Amino acid sequence: MMKLSKYVLYDILRSKIILAYTIFLFIVSLSMLQMEDNSSKAMLSLLNIVLIVLPLVSLVFTTIHYYNSYEFIELMSSQPMSRTRILLSEFAGVSISLLSAFFIGIGIPVLLYAANDTGFALLFTGGALTLVFTSIAFFASVSARDKARGIGFALLLWFYFALIYDGLVLLILFSFSDYPLEKLTLLLSALNPIDLGRIFIMLKMDVSALMGYTGALYKDFFGSGSGILFTTGIMLLWIILPLWAAIRKFNKKDL
Amino acid sequence: MKSLFTILLISIGCHGLANTIRVGDLEQIHSLRQGIKLSKDGDTVLLGKGVYKEGNIIIDKAICLLGVNGPVLDGDYKYEILTLTGKNIVIRGIYFVNAGYSSMNDYAAIKIIDATGITIENNTISNASFAIHIANSTHSLVRSNTITGTNRSEHSSGNGIHLWKCSNMLIENNSIGGHRDGIYLEFVSQSTIKKNRSEKNIRYGLHFMFSPDNAYLNNTFRNNGAGVAVMYSKKVTMTGNHFEQNWGPSAYGILLKDITDSHIQHNTFFKNTVAIHMEGSSRIEIQKNIFKENGWAVKVQSSCDDNSFHHNNFYGNSFDLATNGTMMLNRFYNNYWDKYEGYDINRDGIGDVPYHPVSMYSMIVEQNPYTLMLFRSFTVQLIDKAEKAIPGLTPEKLMDEKPMMKPLKL
Amino acid sequence: MIRIEHISKRFKKLQALNNISARFDRGQVISLIGPNSSGKTTLIKSILGMIKPNSGKIFVEEQLIDGDPSYRRDIGYMPQIGRYPDNMKIGQLFKMLQHIRNMDESKLDKSLIHQFGLEKIFEKPMRTLSGGTRQKVSAAIAFLFNPSILILDEPTAGLDPLAAEILKEKILEEKKKNKLILITSHILSDLDDLTTHVMYMQEGKMQFFKDIETLQEETGELRLGKAIARIMKGEQFSNDWIGKMIQAKKNDKKPL
Repeated sequence: MMKLSKYVLYDILRSKIILAYTIFLFIVSLSMLQMEDNSSKAMLSLLNIVLIVLPLVSLVFTTIHYYNSYEFIELMSSQPMSRTRILLSEFAGVSISLLSAFFIGIGIPVLLYAANDTGFALLFTGGALTLVFTSIAFFASVSARDKARGIGFALLLWFYFALIYDGLVLLILFSFSDYPLEKLTLLLSALNPIDLGRIFIMLKMDVSALMGYTGALYKDFFGSGSGILFTTGIMLLWIILPLWAAIRKFNKKDL
Repeated sequence: MKSLFTILLISIGCHGLANTIRVGDLEQIHSLRQGIKLSKDGDTVLLGKGVYKEGNIIIDKAICLLGVNGPVLDGDYKYEILTLTGKNIVIRGIYFVNAGYSSMNDYAAIKIIDATGITIENNTISNASFAIHIANSTHSLVRSNTITGTNRSEHSSGNGIHLWKCSNMLIENNSIGGHRDGIYLEFVSQSTIKKNRSEKNIRYGLHFMFSPDNAYLNNTFRNNGAGVAVMYSKKVTMTGNHFEQNWGPSAYGILLKDITDSHIQHNTFFKNTVAIHMEGSSRIEIQKNIFKENGWAVKVQSSCDDNSFHHNNFYGNSFDLATNGTMMLNRFYNNYWDKYEGYDINRDGIGDVPYHPVSMYSMIVEQNPYTLMLFRSFTVQLIDKAEKAIPGLTPEKLMDEKPMMKPLKL
Repeated sequence: MIRIEHISKRFKKLQALNNISARFDRGQVISLIGPNSSGKTTLIKSILGMIKPNSGKIFVEEQLIDGDPSYRRDIGYMPQIGRYPDNMKIGQLFKMLQHIRNMDESKLDKSLIHQFGLEKIFEKPMRTLSGGTRQKVSAAIAFLFNPSILILDEPTAGLDPLAAEILKEKILEEKKKNKLILITSHILSDLDDLTTHVMYMQEGKMQFFKDIETLQEETGELRLGKAIARIMKGEQFSNDWIGKMIQAKKNDKKPL
């Protein structure tokens, strides 16, 4: 499989978009970390990049890449090569390039200026979200019929996970505020990878606030060893399930 | 200060002209009880090395009881070890262990009743329910003692240093942990509590009520179950204290309830769930404090009025200010807020647009704590930004009209 | 070598393949003809596994095609419109295919690369190529791995006469090696001298599948290409038109 991924990677690197993305992340995070006199404020800005920009770029880039490499996929499918292998190679190629962009662009500045708990939580979440949204984007592209629909679908998904979902949660929490909602909030946070990642970072960044009220629940749950396992497990599910669904769809698809 | 002089005079008194009685295994007198019985006012009793299990010992004479080479008084889990009453008694350099516990009486390692001019110094008290219990006393000194409790439940444990109905006391340089409340004061006045460390107590690091005119200086209250709570008192001065890592659903750096005409200055609040929580409090001057990385820096209930917050530094707090009403009768000015995004065209170091420390989302969380799950999400940030642009729900008058552009040097 | 059993494929409104069954064997050169959108390419892509039929089965070398892609080792495919990764250079494309196929250099058939003179433009990226050059690349790839089955979709469309002649020679050469060659076209004239069998499709249905001798016998000296071109022009759409025509010819032995 790495044989094919190598060519996918090679193709991506030549387009220079990934390079531009890396440089963008690097400059933005470096200037934030250098300019802000207190690092917690810089981390806050980085948090926004990780939670908003990263998923968006992963989704859009992956979708565009999928349609741009349609010829390649077609060519490969006439070769003795299984569809699963083709799609997994594409996934590996795209995620390796997006991950390296993230770890070089944000990872290096964070390690230089903020190598603390919050920093590592940020890197973990960023890496996980990159993979999750690459996987979701593959599902979106395989499902949609053409490029425009694919990108539209991807943007819609981003809109949902980054914005609409939290609005719905707010609505639910207020509608049922008379009931005990501890378990529900845990469940709701697991159903959106962005929320899950955000809470994971918050455990380090806002540990004081999280100890109050129901926050203590998060601290007890996510902060414990099993909580970290839970977070990692759910993130893995978020990576594997869309990819699995994409492969299933792709295997049945006419090229 | 008057009390300090008195105390100094007393401590010098120990080395006066009086007799010295030695107690110990190698001495003629083996029993402490015997030694004290033989002593007269002004005498010094030197207690040699060894473990003494003699039940409850009462001292009602003006003597100095000094430990030599760390003698141990063991209460055998049954007895109150020392009971002092009278005046001018000094206890120094002794280990107190295993004082008794009773659900009927407040047994203590050292109990002081109806006394004056007492000095308790350089002792180590461990495994007691109440460590030092002082009632109805004046002009006394508790200094440099190390007190460690055994973290039992809130009900079966007593307080580290407990003062009831006292005045002109000096509590200094003690280190207290593992008790219910580290330092507890009720009906105490004209006293000074300084340079103490109160850590890891089950409930409060410092707890007082009905105690006017006291000063709390340079103490550290760290990682206590519920932080510090002070209630129903006037004219309290708190300066140079550290309130750190008091974490929990109802833990406060400091909880002020019905505190009036007081000063809170030059303190550091670091990593508390709520740094200052105020209710029913008025005319408190809160200035030159540092609020860093707290969950909520300040929570002001609408029952507070006429308090002023100025020249404080706020950084890295999850929420700067929260309140439960729309009325705001307190003043905020010249503070530094790291979340301030204004500008300073005339370069006088003061921002040209006011800062609103209460965010929309902090109001939401106040109403529905579960929404804390959405903290720092994009949606919440949008809500906050929208509210900042067109304020509708946050108290409009609650603002710092002259926020500082740079942190104050404190 | 290839056995097709009752395959059907529907794209939304269009019935692209309608219950097709056929059997192609070693040594045959089959001309798959029919008008545009008659289902020729769909049939080919179904054999290649790129299109999944709604029903029916396809066997290649007695192996049912579903999942296991290894049967495609035996197939060389030249698509109608060769589409390749834009950024890739011609040389890289060949190298990549060799790399993933992992075949011995000695077993490769690079004759078309040489004959088309592709080495000279190995450094050109695919996006700069003209349609004809792309066709040359596609043809060279189809023959590269010396497969026992060749599937060529409109092979000569877009090729200049010289290149078309080279390709024709190559097909002839492969035919002599007893391979199965499947060629689609909507015109027959340029390849009909290679053809051993004709399969005619229209609107997703197979109209007839006969060997050329039978056809010639049935149609006399008939130039098949001409006849079929006339069918396509729409002079007659009746299913048994050819039958009638053959019948008529048998009767009066007059050339059409």
